Amino acid sequence: MLSPTTMKAVRTSGAVPHAPYLLEVDHVRKAFPGVVALDDVSFRLKPGSVHALMGENGAGKSTLMKIIAGVYTPDAGEFRLRGIDIRLTSPLDALENGIAMIHQELNLMPYMTVAENIWIRREPLNRFGFVDHTKLHAMTQRLFDTLRIDIDPEAQVRDLSIANRQMVEIAKAVSFNSDVLIMDEPTSALTDREVGHLFRIIRDLRAQGKGIVYITHKMNELFEIADEVSVFRDGKYIATKASGDVTRDDIIRMMVGREITQMFPKEDVAIGDVVMSVQNLSVRGIFENVSFDLRKGEILGIAGLVGSGRSNVAEALFGVVPATSGTITIEGQNTVIDSPRKAMQQGMAFLTEDRKETGCFLILNVLENMQAAVLTRKYVAGGVVQQAQLSTDCEAMSAALRVKTPDLNERIENLSGGNQQKVLIGRWLLTKPRILILDEPTRGIDVGAKSEIHRLISKLAGEGVAVIMISSEMPEILGMSDRILVMHEGKCTGILDRAEADQIKIMELAAK
Amino acid sequence: MTVQINPSRAPTPAFSGRRKLPPEASILMVMVGIALIFEVLGWIFIGQSFLYNFQRLQIIILQVSVIGIIAIGVTQVIITSGIDLSSGSVVGVTVMVAASFAQSSSATHVIYPSLVDLPVIMPVLIGLAVGLAVGLINGSLIAYTGIPPFIATLGTYVSARGAAKWYTKGQPISEFTSNFDFIGSGLTPTLIFLAVALIFQIALSYTRYGKFTYAIGANRQAARVSGINVSRHLVTVYAIAGLLSGLAGIVAAARQDSGQSGMGVGYELDAIAATVIGGTSLTGGVGRITGTVIGTIILGILTSGFTFLRIDAYFQEIIKGGIIVAAVVADQYRQRKRGKA
Repeated sequence: MLSPTTMKAVRTSGAVPHAPYLLEVDHVRKAFPGVVALDDVSFRLKPGSVHALMGENGAGKSTLMKIIAGVYTPDAGEFRLRGIDIRLTSPLDALENGIAMIHQELNLMPYMTVAENIWIRREPLNRFGFVDHTKLHAMTQRLFDTLRIDIDPEAQVRDLSIANRQMVEIAKAVSFNSDVLIMDEPTSALTDREVGHLFRIIRDLRAQGKGIVYITHKMNELFEIADEVSVFRDGKYIATKASGDVTRDDIIRMMVGREITQMFPKEDVAIGDVVMSVQNLSVRGIFENVSFDLRKGEILGIAGLVGSGRSNVAEALFGVVPATSGTITIEGQNTVIDSPRKAMQQGMAFLTEDRKETGCFLILNVLENMQAAVLTRKYVAGGVVQQAQLSTDCEAMSAALRVKTPDLNERIENLSGGNQQKVLIGRWLLTKPRILILDEPTRGIDVGAKSEIHRLISKLAGEGVAVIMISSEMPEILGMSDRILVMHEGKCTGILDRAEADQIKIMELAAK
Repeated sequence: MTVQINPSRAPTPAFSGRRKLPPEASILMVMVGIALIFEVLGWIFIGQSFLYNFQRLQIIILQVSVIGIIAIGVTQVIITSGIDLSSGSVVGVTVMVAASFAQSSSATHVIYPSLVDLPVIMPVLIGLAVGLAVGLINGSLIAYTGIPPFIATLGTYVSARGAAKWYTKGQPISEFTSNFDFIGSGLTPTLIFLAVALIFQIALSYTRYGKFTYAIGANRQAARVSGINVSRHLVTVYAIAGLLSGLAGIVAAARQDSGQSGMGVGYELDAIAATVIGGTSLTGGVGRITGTVIGTIILGILTSGFTFLRIDAYFQEIIKGGIIVAAVVADQYRQRKRGKA
């Protein structure tokens, strides 16, 4: 077995052996105490190909990728790079051996420039040993030119949109001249146009003979970009197919091991009276003059590109960033909502877009996460928490939402994205809201959990809850909404009825 | 990472929990280990037992009671991912103000010439009010101006010490009523320390106040979106920390039967040390009062043990610093191992 340093030397010498596969992983096993994350999994990556990995969250894709990227060491199994046995011991090892991973969570330093972020640890130095900024800039510009990325290398990362940060991450990975690029749901925060750009970059890289591992939950991306697809389920390898040989249904069946009969179980619900009426709502400099009525039992979808102000509207409604003008009338009462507390007093609930930043208390357990919101209003007598009752109710909620966790004492960090999301939804359902605002309720979660959440949203609407649902996913918006409000650059460009709405009409309004 | 939970595993009933040692167990073992080391060294170098000496054990905890009372407030602040540097100065200013009202009628009065013997409740309440006031200032600055806790409490650290000196123009105050002195006599400080510990152990575990304190420390944004009034809660936490520093000042003054403006210097750092030794994470969201109590006692054992071994006082400090860091390193290492598990 070659040590990583030897392999590195082989790579730099240019005498890289020819091998049918860039990367071969055989019979890999990885167990965490109490859980077998990967069991006898094999995976092969051909040069000049895009290999999609699919599977529900928790299927083992991320664990496998972390093994390939040197983050975890496998318990058993073989690992070959270009046919040579190798054992990686750290992410740096992997990087130096030509494997770069673009993590789902972006790992950039916000207060440094784009160029500094990309070349960190590899800064060009001038003869006095100081960083040569001119050269740094030029190197970055050259890299961006080849990738056709239009970002100022001198911009600070914190000023970039999420999409642009993603581009920087990708450019950084490419800058290592890696053979293997692992992308973990790279499009989850991108708009359609940006996705197009990303795909162009991926095709360029493929043409250069690189192998790209592409983890995704989005079926249409799979068929657009991938050459091969491997499916995982419950830590086991299911199958690898050429993407031309399979259908969407085949893959879903392999992923869940069962048929999903209806992707969007929208129920026909009697729509009631207006619960909330919003007039000319604005937050100065962010969005302006958004007006709509929301009725009992209705699901109002909000569509628009990332950055169009969709999430800001939700934040203003819930008082996270209070509106600077406009009125919100709830059940006929004119209401000023200047804090989330006020919003909750009005029976509102808000599932935020960013699970990690504004949703989960990552270091706390499932129970503590679930009870956080309802504790502000209920289950407290004389300051003392009625924990027994509250725990029972959380337990019931967790069971009703089918949260997969050993028990409620598990840290929420250790749950998969879909299960974390269910816990957060449970947090809000415990408050028995009459207006439920959901910002990207199914972002980054697997097909099974997704359809469970969709079913739940329908059920809540059926019970008379008024729902506002923001989503970047067109099928979700079209499938779930009674009406669709479309935003573009801080303005509401139209409200479509379910009957008249289609993908093209929405895109026309969103990209005016 | 995403740990996949094996769905086939039988569901465990909630709160039976998997068998896990409480987080304090390891720090308790560190405490016992340090005590045993002193025991062994005692037999080797001094020829007597360190632990088999009930009086010594009493003194250990008595000596750290003042630090301990402060540390209980500091623990709550650190759980919210804040810091309180002002505790030692709050002790100083409370000592002076409480002392000026605690003097017996026969003493030389520095501030109030015609002071009569006041009932003990008066200097106590006044002292607590002073501590509370500084705590409220800390909390309000942090919650409503948005400046970092480090800066806000650095400001009050300087100002409160100044106030302590200014109050009597640096003159000490002594000779208190016997009732006031009782607060610092015998095991009273120890009892106060343990009572305060018990109260806040309960508060952090079983009240809404406690749940919100952890939530804010774990993720302030998420806490706000969950409807928690973060600003108001932070004011409360810092006010409690100030109040407890005030209480510590009263106890310190009563123990010494005198008040000097320089009292409490460096206490804030000892309290922070006791807190982090006790397993509270400076990043917030994690920490327990029981851990802090053990951390405080570890500091006491170190001081007592070094004196027992007749180690040079200056040298003691050098070792103590090293041990504080080592204790936290060991704890973090253990936590990381457990986090992976």
